[in-house]
Amino acid sequence: MGAQRKGATRAEDSDELARVPLQAILLADSFATKFRPITLERPKVLLPLVNVPMISYTLAWLESAGVEEVIVFCCAHSKQVIGYLESSEWLSQPNFSVTTIESHNSVSAGDALRLIYERNVIHGDFILISGDTVSNMSLTQVLQEHRERKKKDPNAVMTMVIKRSKSSPITRQSRLGTDELFMAIDPNTKQLLYYEDKADYSKAVICLDKLLLTDNSSISLHNDTQDCYIDICSPEVLSLFTDNFDYQHLRRHFVKGLLVDDIMGYKIFTHEIHSSYAARIDNFRSYDTISKDIIQRWTYPFVPDVKFGGNSATKLERQGMYRASVVQSRSAEIGPFTVIGNGTKIGSNTKISNSVVGEGCTIGSNVSIEGSYIWNNVTIEDNCKLMHAIVCDGVVMKSGAVLEPGVVLSFKVVIGQQFVVPSYSKVSLHEQPIKQDSDEELEYADNSSGIGELSSIAGTVDKSNGVMSSQLSGEQCQPTDELGTGGIGYVWSICEGSHEEEWRHSIAPIPADKLAEAIQTTEDDLELITQDGSVLPASGELKLDSIDSDDVDNEDSRDDSIDFEKEVEATFLRAVHENIKEDHVILEVNSLRLSYNKLFADCAGAIFYSMMKLALETPHTSASELCNNAVSVITKWKKLLKSYLNDIDEQIEVILTFEEMCLESAKEFFPVFAKILWHLYDKDIIQEEAVLKWDDEKKDADDSDKVFVKQSEKFIQWLREASEEEEGGGGEEEEGNQE
Amino acid sequence: MPDVQALVNDFLNKLKKRKIEGSRATARQTAEMLRLVISQQRSPYTNQAGTLIDAVRAVGEQLIAANPLELAVGNIVRRILHIIREEDLSLTTAAIAGLGLSAGSDDEDDTDQDIHPVLSGASLAAAARSTLRPPSLQTLLEDVPDSAAIPHTSSSGCDSEGKSKSADRSSRTWKLKHDVIEAVNELIQDIATCHEQIAEQAVEHIHQNEVILTLGSSRTVLEFLCAAKEKQRSFRVFVAEGAPRYQGHLLAKELVTRGLQTTLITDSAVFAMISRVNMVIVGAHAVMANGGVIAPVGLNMVALAAQRHAVPFVVLAGSHKLCPLYPHNPAVLLNELRSPSELLDFGEFSDCLDFGSGTSSLLHVVNPTFDYVPPKLVSLFITDTGGHNPSYMYRLIADYYSADDLVVQQRPTGN
Repeated sequence: MGAQRKGATRAEDSDELARVPLQAILLADSFATKFRPITLERPKVLLPLVNVPMISYTLAWLESAGVEEVIVFCCAHSKQVIGYLESSEWLSQPNFSVTTIESHNSVSAGDALRLIYERNVIHGDFILISGDTVSNMSLTQVLQEHRERKKKDPNAVMTMVIKRSKSSPITRQSRLGTDELFMAIDPNTKQLLYYEDKADYSKAVICLDKLLLTDNSSISLHNDTQDCYIDICSPEVLSLFTDNFDYQHLRRHFVKGLLVDDIMGYKIFTHEIHSSYAARIDNFRSYDTISKDIIQRWTYPFVPDVKFGGNSATKLERQGMYRASVVQSRSAEIGPFTVIGNGTKIGSNTKISNSVVGEGCTIGSNVSIEGSYIWNNVTIEDNCKLMHAIVCDGVVMKSGAVLEPGVVLSFKVVIGQQFVVPSYSKVSLHEQPIKQDSDEELEYADNSSGIGELSSIAGTVDKSNGVMSSQLSGEQCQPTDELGTGGIGYVWSICEGSHEEEWRHSIAPIPADKLAEAIQTTEDDLELITQDGSVLPASGELKLDSIDSDDVDNEDSRDDSIDFEKEVEATFLRAVHENIKEDHVILEVNSLRLSYNKLFADCAGAIFYSMMKLALETPHTSASELCNNAVSVITKWKKLLKSYLNDIDEQIEVILTFEEMCLESAKEFFPVFAKILWHLYDKDIIQEEAVLKWDDEKKDADDSDKVFVKQSEKFIQWLREASEEEEGGGGEEEEGNQE
Repeated sequence: MPDVQALVNDFLNKLKKRKIEGSRATARQTAEMLRLVISQQRSPYTNQAGTLIDAVRAVGEQLIAANPLELAVGNIVRRILHIIREEDLSLTTAAIAGLGLSAGSDDEDDTDQDIHPVLSGASLAAAARSTLRPPSLQTLLEDVPDSAAIPHTSSSGCDSEGKSKSADRSSRTWKLKHDVIEAVNELIQDIATCHEQIAEQAVEHIHQNEVILTLGSSRTVLEFLCAAKEKQRSFRVFVAEGAPRYQGHLLAKELVTRGLQTTLITDSAVFAMISRVNMVIVGAHAVMANGGVIAPVGLNMVALAAQRHAVPFVVLAGSHKLCPLYPHNPAVLLNELRSPSELLDFGEFSDCLDFGSGTSSLLHVVNPTFDYVPPKLVSLFITDTGGHNPSYMYRLIADYYSADDLVVQQRPTGN
């Protein structure tokens, strides 16, 4: 059905292109848990970014870029997202329709796209974006490029938007806090050839397929680009997701899957933007960085003093200070690059710099706020100190409380008097889920329970603020103790994502000691690399380092061969039980050989191994019966085995495998080794040269290795004599000798 | 009405998203939008002018809020409010005049009417205007005899007329709307032709073999220079490129295709070249009530250089750019800060903008769009009505706007 539809759209493409309205799929769920504990109570896309919900930036951009129809896919907290959209002006814009699709059982972007495909709402090229992306780029050029490529090559299904942005050489992460991204791009066609966002730095090596170099005249390798997570997709992308039901993550599975898959030949291209801005909020650090970019107006016209969707009027004053109508004490100092929302009161001698303060906040006297994000209706009493923290709606900080860098206070938490919240702690009214899903894709998982809980707590909060604290502390004794006198909330333990992650992704600047540490390690790395004599250039043409890739191959090869043997065995057993013809088995084994990149010798070894194992498993009472079993199996599947034994080396491999089996996995064969060897010779499976060569090889070996040589000594001797005398047919005699 | 609201919303969106470039386009579209609002407004029998004013104000307020930095929007809103007031006044006075004539035999006896039995609408309006505020230069020049006594009997006079009132009213309603729309059409026409009007005066200002300097790109300046060229004046033009948008490059290209000898220089070379220049001619974003100019960034520097070398600094501005407001803190409040990406490449400098490592980023990039040129640096304004001294601006503005409309916001509250 997918193919049918594809064909249909392609045929109509040329004449319908002009009529199809430009569509966009907006995923209002990141399917990640980076913003916990905040996202337990509010979906990520509704978190305020410089006092405007993130999704408004995305919608405003889509609208201004000429998108006519947006399909908002809501999953986690879908009611809140839909509620927000309904109360906002986005549903009533002319020439811009916003429709929502709600789902409760999608766990990943892949599921979302499969559901959208089922609904059959996408009619042409569309823009795939998540609701936490901020951009001001123009889509005209990239759409045109995409369509032209599509006309020439129907396999060009996707165009990815990328932007140059250097990552820090010290911490190996971009300014958005994401890991360094490696991409290989054909400089002429802009085709994406390689994508790796989780490179392993311990090895300081990335592996490229050799085929890339043979197929493309030149490759430019970048580690200074940033993936904007804005994709221009053809409708085929949706059907691809449906066909490959295991695609979950857009990048890790879909993009990498397409790049590796050379059967269908789908291609991904890139479009680099220069003067315009695009970035996605992935973690707390990117929240901080993008907020600052917005305040510094890189996202113009989506800046605080321009109304673009639900934001109140603020005025830009000197040094990047934005202020709505604020009640401010004369002695309060508001520093540069700060946004103060409507109706906020600021007490005397309070200092605020590089921060965003939401609407309706009350800030006392002698408060110092530096680099923090304070959302709406927050109360901060006198003498508090906030450094690089995120403070959500309705939080109360009693006088003298201190937030150290990197703290996140979720909704309605109360911090007790004089309490110092240690750095990187996350505080929420919700207890930390005990069962930690290691798979980070499971944002929604405990939503259903989370919402119920939330509503009960929110209910009490709304009813009576004064009573609430006592009620809560009565019900849940623990939280009060954790946050000083009068404090409410649970401190989440940090262990979950390891401390390493915390400082990388927090909004606080990287502490000096971590930087020093990182510098030290990079220096060490550099020394190592320079010893190797190969330093990875920042970006540019790259030669394939064959040694490196071989190293990795060896690592993998052991696992591979075990897998391979198992597969061959399974194939063989199936053939035995289902009476499949030898030719077919040969074909199957051949395809396994190709996919595992093995030699004929390996196949022969593996098949012989499975044959012997079969013989072993057929019921037997004595050694001779076992021998007979083996002989019958060998006779039956002679042709299969022989097709892999064209060479002496392969025959030796079979003998060696047999030897190994007798020693390790199938000791029952130990006494009948020589007998079966003779049968193999008798059935023309193994030639005498192979046996003799095997014997020669073993001459210098230890005695323990020579057990089998000794066992078949007579047979070998007979072979030697026979070859010297040029006489055959001593079968009976040999058998006699053995006995 | 709903379709008008939809159109208004659409226009608001465009303004908010900064999709309309240039004050002339903005002015024209604003005027057209308001014309639509007026024509769709249903007028009641009483106080039509009031309803019209309220309707225009309501829409105008939204428009101004949508992009407070584009002063042309506010200018046009105020101009149209002024037009409505004028037309209403002229109709009222005409009606009263008619009333007075017909009721001449009544006990009310107006001496003035005997002297001036027929008064033109315009002069009546002018007369009425003169009663509302101090006489402007124009009204003085028009030399209308003082007729302050005319409007004093409005209510009693009207009430005395019984039957003919309603018929008279309905025709007046229709007439008011008609007249206002006519006047707005004229305004739109004026905006459309302001380039030509200004360009007509080119020959008076540009003389043979002169060197003219300009900065950035302005359509008005282009037309002005070309008009002089068409009149067989031979002169040379220096174009400062106008960083960071480099619109001077476009202007230079355009001038060359029109056959003008053009030299392109960097903005920083202006002072070096100014001694060879006979006249600086530039466009403006807005002209404030005190004669100060909001102009593309870099112009203050050019003006200072011109003053240093006593070179005339001439600003061309269509009358839609005249703003009745005074600039308070113009460098900040009336400035648009655009994206820093016009200045430098984000990718190249992204490591300087990394907030993660170190304290806070040390590099800030600011990209203001406008400069404020104080009135003392401007030698002459050329508008579609002629050349004016900066100190004359407030009088010109008094002609175009009525004092009641300076604050368009219906409730100037402090929320």
